[in-house]
Amino acid sequence: MKIALDFGELAPYAGVFARGLWLTVQLAAVASVLGVALGVLGALARGAAHPLLRLAAGAYVELVRNTPFLVQLFFVFFGLPAFGVKLSAEFAAFLALTLNLGAYATEIVRAGLESVSRGQRMAAASLGLRPAQVFAHVVLKPAFASIWPGLASQLVLIMLGSAVVSQIAAEDLSYAANFVQSRNFRAFESYIAATLLYLALAVAMRQALVALGRRLFAWKAAGR
Amino acid sequence: MVEFSTWDILENLLLAARWTVLLSLVAFAGGIVVGLPLLVLRVSGRAWLAWPVRVYVDFFQGTPLLMQLFLVFFGLGLLGVEVAPWAAAGIALTLFTSAFCAEIWRGCVESIPRGQWAAGASLGLGFGGQLRYVVLPQALRHAVAPTVGFSVQVVKGTALASIIGFVEVTKAGTMITNATFRPFLVYGCVALIYFVLCFPLSAAARALERRLKRAYSS
Repeated sequence: MKIALDFGELAPYAGVFARGLWLTVQLAAVASVLGVALGVLGALARGAAHPLLRLAAGAYVELVRNTPFLVQLFFVFFGLPAFGVKLSAEFAAFLALTLNLGAYATEIVRAGLESVSRGQRMAAASLGLRPAQVFAHVVLKPAFASIWPGLASQLVLIMLGSAVVSQIAAEDLSYAANFVQSRNFRAFESYIAATLLYLALAVAMRQALVALGRRLFAWKAAGR
Repeated sequence: MVEFSTWDILENLLLAARWTVLLSLVAFAGGIVVGLPLLVLRVSGRAWLAWPVRVYVDFFQGTPLLMQLFLVFFGLGLLGVEVAPWAAAGIALTLFTSAFCAEIWRGCVESIPRGQWAAGASLGLGFGGQLRYVVLPQALRHAVAPTVGFSVQVVKGTALASIIGFVEVTKAGTMITNATFRPFLVYGCVALIYFVLCFPLSAAARALERRLKRAYSS
């Protein structure tokens, strides 16, 4: 059999790919911000004095990290409506991605918080900072500086993992690839195009996060 | 219409879970077998051998597993090879696993001091001998915990095989949901089955990591 690849067949669908890419970017951006925020709360809960809070946070982390994202997505999208919670595909995708990242971020942020020495907290407290100020300025910032590379990798993984939201018909980049190949029957070309777009997005995202880290934590490089 | 009891649901899911386990084992074993030569090329110290492996690893780490699965499924079809969903899933997951394993192991090999290679060389060992008898046995100790940890990703990755039509536990869950209209229960059970498979692996990886840390601190 002769192989004939024809990427020209994709040209009329550039707009479809662009719209899909845009939702993927939005999913990654929103899930990143909310998921990391959830991770900070989760890390606080895991270190909390109350044992029930610690247990709940631990169970959340283990449940999410030991089940596939696809199943979590189906559970949110198909399972929750049984309780009268009706979600659009896009909203379910945002919710599931955020919850998924939240669990991984909890563990990453926790490691960061543990890397800040007790002496540093005590020094800040002795300067008269309130506990919230100590946490925000003296603990959280250096914690993020130390976990930034790991967190950046996790955010890229979340973006790549978001490809499965096409399975609940959220119209992201992989949905666009499915749609195009169902129209022009150029499955391989269509998936190659989507794959390369994902690769480009992953590279761009990684570079943007490294640049952001340099800006946010400029004091760290300058101080050494 | 046939009624499904909760037990029927669980029983059918467990039967399908055998395929999840089998696919995981195939992908993990295949990934190790393919990953080892990649590792050797990657640490060979020759740019023209290491560079293609870098591209390979970057590709698999920088693209979604779902796309890799589709590319294998439709790509092999394009070559005139009709592949069954289970074969496509096995191949895609093997390649995915091999890339991640090669990268994990590279880190372990590079954590061994260069002096160990030099010591091997001074004993008259060539590159293969240094790697085989000096570096790999030491790197293996570092590699076990992260490799076991990565196996969790492989088990979870097999869920995507459901998308190209392989009936493992996720696909079985979708089929049973369509028959019973009880998605909350069914997907809850599916998640539970994955948890039972993955949690011991996660826990083992953590325990191994702790043991390694202890061995080095004492």
